[in-house]
Amino acid sequence: MDRLKRSWWGVGLLLALLIALFSPLASPHPDGLERVAEDKGFLDRAREAPYQLIPDYLFPGIENEQLATIVAGLLGTLVMFGVGFGLAWVLRRREGMGRS
Amino acid sequence: MHIPDGFLNTGTSVVAWAISAGSVGYAVRRVSRELGERQVPLMGVTAAFIFAAQMMNFTVAGGTSGHLLGGALAAILLGPWAAMLVLTSVLAVQALLFQDGGLLALGANVLNMAVVGVLVGWVVYTGLRRLAGNRTWATMVSGFAAAWLSVVIASLVAAVELALSGTSPWGVALPAMGLVHMLIGLGEGLITVAVLAFLRAVRPDLLALRQASVEV
Repeated sequence: MDRLKRSWWGVGLLLALLIALFSPLASPHPDGLERVAEDKGFLDRAREAPYQLIPDYLFPGIENEQLATIVAGLLGTLVMFGVGFGLAWVLRRREGMGRS
Repeated sequence: MHIPDGFLNTGTSVVAWAISAGSVGYAVRRVSRELGERQVPLMGVTAAFIFAAQMMNFTVAGGTSGHLLGGALAAILLGPWAAMLVLTSVLAVQALLFQDGGLLALGANVLNMAVVGVLVGWVVYTGLRRLAGNRTWATMVSGFAAAWLSVVIASLVAAVELALSGTSPWGVALPAMGLVHMLIGLGEGLITVAVLAFLRAVRPDLLALRQASVEV
């Protein structure tokens, strides 16, 4: 029980990865802004990004689209955990340094 | 509602970048004073969860989808300043790695979702909790209202940016963006409440963590 309590964030990360695993089930419809842009006739103003790394949440080089989405989702989720954790680690209030 | 490049003119993009940079800079200062050790992994998990949940579009109506933005949820869990940094990093990774949301438009996307979305969610949640107290239903109703309003207001700010850029007239952009996000906001509210209820059941101390260490 104590171990479970200490590793709660491992469980949280696993849950996030599980959601990413199911990302191919996401609705394929355009989102709110895209819908408005299409209906109101300004969607064609959108410009391509100057470079493409993992466009459309499809990991490049994987032919199966669902698998490409899953790989992109898992990778992004892990990257986000690292960025969030790292940022917090750098900025955290050090105990014993006092509160200014 | 990730704005791609091309929707906003340079002036609007630059002003949005400036406001976002100032807000995020202030958030960094606040977080470095207030963030406790125990919140470090929570910030990582929240960022990971919001990224994954943002991939999960749900259908609303008329061939339209929406997804969680997570601003209100992050603010409830981490307080507004850490939440602002979490949402900003999600948006930055989406723009840099996944080409979701433009680079010039990143300032506007941060302004809409990380600054406005988080602050609206935070103000509504804490305001309602002050009125309704600490009961379970009060947490849930406040969480739902905070999540719904954060999405609707963020979409209206996006509409203002579109109008200022001359992309869509005021009378078109504001009602169109507002209406569709009033629907999407219902999904935001439901997911936010579901996560809060889940956390309240399994780890109520995580919900109390913020109150303990971030209150000024």
